[in-house]
Amino acid sequence: MKFGVVVFPGSNCDHDTYHVISKVIGQPVDFIWHKQESIEGFDAVILPGGFSYGDYLRSGAIARFSPVMQAIKRFASDGGLVLGICNGFQILCESGLLPGALLRNRDQKFICEHVNVRVEHTETPFTSAYSADQVLRVPIAHGDGNYFCDDATLRELESNQQILFRYSDAKGEISESANPNGSLNNIAGVCNRERNVLGLMPHPERAAEDVLGSHDGLAMFHSMTVALREKLKSK
Amino acid sequence: MITMQITPELLDQHNLTPDEYDRIKQLLGREPSFTELGVFSVMWSEHCSYKSSRIHLKNLPTEADCLVQGPGENAGIVDIGDGWCVAFKIESHNHPSFIEPYQGAATGVGGILRDIFTMGARPVAAMNSLRFGPIRDEDIKDEKSSEIVNRNRHILAGVVKGIGDYGNAFGVPTIGGEVYFADEYSLNPLVNAFALGLVRREQIFYGKAEGVGNHVIYVGAKTGRDGIHGATMASAEFDEAALEKRPTVQVGDPFYEKLLLEACLEAMRAGAIVGIQDMGAAGLTSSSCEMGARAGTGIEINLDLVPQRETGMTAYEMMLSESQERMLIVAARGHDRQVAEIFHKWDLDAVTIGQVTNNQRLRVVHHGEVVADIPNAALTDEAPKYNRPQSDYPTATEDMTAKVEAGLQKLASEVGEENACNEALLRLLAAPNIASKQWVYRQYDHMVRTNTVVLPGSDAAVIRVKETRRALAMSLDCNGRYCYLSPKEGARLAVAESARNVVCSGAKPLAITNCLNFPSPERPEIMRSFVETLEGMGEVCRALGTPVTGGNVSFYNETEGKGIYPTPTIGMLGLIEHQRHITTQWFKREGDVILLLGTTQNDFGGSELLALFGEVAGAIPQLDLQAELAVQNTCLAAIQAGLICSAHDCSEGGLAVALAESCFSHDARPAIGASVNFNSSLIPHRSSLFSESPSRIIVSVKPDNVAAVQALAAQHNASCSVIGEVGGEDLRITMEGEGCIQHSVRLLENDWRKALSRSLDR
Repeated sequence: MKFGVVVFPGSNCDHDTYHVISKVIGQPVDFIWHKQESIEGFDAVILPGGFSYGDYLRSGAIARFSPVMQAIKRFASDGGLVLGICNGFQILCESGLLPGALLRNRDQKFICEHVNVRVEHTETPFTSAYSADQVLRVPIAHGDGNYFCDDATLRELESNQQILFRYSDAKGEISESANPNGSLNNIAGVCNRERNVLGLMPHPERAAEDVLGSHDGLAMFHSMTVALREKLKSK
Repeated sequence: MITMQITPELLDQHNLTPDEYDRIKQLLGREPSFTELGVFSVMWSEHCSYKSSRIHLKNLPTEADCLVQGPGENAGIVDIGDGWCVAFKIESHNHPSFIEPYQGAATGVGGILRDIFTMGARPVAAMNSLRFGPIRDEDIKDEKSSEIVNRNRHILAGVVKGIGDYGNAFGVPTIGGEVYFADEYSLNPLVNAFALGLVRREQIFYGKAEGVGNHVIYVGAKTGRDGIHGATMASAEFDEAALEKRPTVQVGDPFYEKLLLEACLEAMRAGAIVGIQDMGAAGLTSSSCEMGARAGTGIEINLDLVPQRETGMTAYEMMLSESQERMLIVAARGHDRQVAEIFHKWDLDAVTIGQVTNNQRLRVVHHGEVVADIPNAALTDEAPKYNRPQSDYPTATEDMTAKVEAGLQKLASEVGEENACNEALLRLLAAPNIASKQWVYRQYDHMVRTNTVVLPGSDAAVIRVKETRRALAMSLDCNGRYCYLSPKEGARLAVAESARNVVCSGAKPLAITNCLNFPSPERPEIMRSFVETLEGMGEVCRALGTPVTGGNVSFYNETEGKGIYPTPTIGMLGLIEHQRHITTQWFKREGDVILLLGTTQNDFGGSELLALFGEVAGAIPQLDLQAELAVQNTCLAAIQAGLICSAHDCSEGGLAVALAESCFSHDARPAIGASVNFNSSLIPHRSSLFSESPSRIIVSVKPDNVAAVQALAAQHNASCSVIGEVGGEDLRITMEGEGCIQHSVRLLENDWRKALSRSLDR
């Protein structure tokens, strides 16, 4: 089993993600340079947070043209696990691997703080180690995290159970006051129909050790490890 | 060489005096060329040459066992054990931030980050010390108050966004600092940016052009016309035409800087680099002559080869450009290609523009002609040094106890006797200097790199060092009001407080960096305040064993003849021996016992309470070094013995504010109350609750550990008194059993937390 963490110019959570996988959950991991055209040998790929290409033009808009993205598209369509965190989520939306877009935060400011998110569905390779309706305490740090999509897409996301995380209060209630950035229906993370590609704005890698105040993000990496182990066993 | 008629007007435009010009001619043995005149003007500017401060700075202590690199390099470096070192420094970007708040602050962050990674260290933490004019109408007594207040808000919002956008994109957590307000900063905001990086001891790099014949490589962004004469601008006071100087402010690109960081560290690790320096103030000029001067060599460059963003740039413009995100590298022999390959991988320019020579001169060629040929020493060691005249700086001596008592009495007549202290506390908590700075730090990514183990808001910022069991605490401190009322005592207090702050987090104070912000040194009383500041700072640094590792002097912080308070910002670094010693200011659990280390006097001069009653005056607290050391040593020993649950320094607003802050909610727990009683021997008057006596720490401990902490205090000769207990929902403070303050913590916190956004989000 091998995780890959993609390094775009401007990625800045690549080391943090690498640290969690290698040191906290103890799995093999390597960086993937964005100019690589092949990602052979990797079983799961993580697009980390940061400001790829400075987020100039639009967050994630330039990174989607990096050579590695073609390989990641093929990998995803073959059922490979792809996780996009923060800027990674923005890149997945820009490259069409996930529906919707991330707009400027409602109050126009960058926001860095711990928020609560509710786990909506647990039958996915990213959330199987969580319990349904579990409330997680995880940090956000973004200027463009305001999730938006059209009505038809939203209906589809809801009916296909693709919305995996929503901003909530500490008790799991979904409300406008618990919504930090104005996201549609408090959406914090969505997956594709096939459930092998997930994007989310909160940073699970920043909530994976008690010394940092929360380990609620850890179960996401555990879930992925379990899914990969089963997949490798069945091969 | 192009010659040009050098007129008095031309010298004046370059901020050079006729005497300085004579000295230039003497050092060169001829008239300078126009380019050379420009080069001298920036290198001899106050900003680059420290000409008014150098002879005084040498009196600061700069030695300690842990010290690896003291002042004179791009950043200071200390050893923290296990082969790891910390590079850290603070620098001002005051003048550009007034002219263009967003870019001024952003490029201040960019500059200090480059100072850190040019030493081979990866930046892992940033902080900043900010000062602005008032942002509330009621804090200005002027008929144009709303105009001034709006401008101050605009400056603050721009500075905060500039710092956030740069640091966030670069990927360094901005984990703490300070924000203060006073009218004196209305036209002279202060933006002091601090950065800290980690480096293996054997991988430290220096700004030295070693190895005659080695190639000099230009890397990073292209050179444009931005920032020409930035250093000269930062060395003059402002007048009403200041805003016309916008073109002298540089434009930052954090994405480029991030690429530059990764490429530089990669090239360093590959062994391809001999020496490296950031092109900061005075750009290509300072980097080339300083690298040569440090190594005792020379540098010759050909400007035709310099990557340029614009066409038709003159030699003068290229040498003085302060375009951001550029570095000068001396490559190891035969490694030019490797350097180029690494930088090209990161989509950056890397061009050989010259070589190291043995003639100790800076030689510049453009279009086949020598446009500058100057001995390095003339630009560095031989630059003018002034022992500027000094005259008495009036130190305030009046006792303010009666004034604050009268103020409280007046408040009592408005809100009722029983509510006077409650009301004073509420107003203090909402005062911008004390109010929560969440509005600010929420816009900074303070968690990237996953080392931030104490989130912003406690006494000191703390990061873990992943590779070791240790952690680093850091704090920026200065009370400008104190320094205005008594520069020497104010500086002593600033160093003591910064040390106390890192001690409260569980760290031993190691070393400081400083940023000395002052008005014009050409005013004799200001020069005296500067000298007294250094005396006070040096004395306390020696007592604490914390050397000065470098920093920055920013003079001429005055506009239309009105200057800032003397503001010597201290950046203290502390080492936490084990991550289990990390301590925060917040009370932990119901039933814990609250103790006060230290004693309380009537210290109201320059206090927040006095300011609440409309005055900045009076005798400021006197630091008793013995008492300070006793309190700090007790606190640190008790933390290291595992006896302490929380520790909080008592500063602005005194005991009442410090107790309230310890009760407030934070990420790990909701708000919690406390019941505290003071004997009249501890606290003589109700106003004493707001006294700002230094050398005091509020700690909470489990009931079983009270005796052990008291024994430690006795051993260190520190005063230690049990004053109360954690619990309930209210903060209750009584004096000899008589009610003084009783208020719901949740409501107190609400006023404190929302105060800044009330002024800024409108």
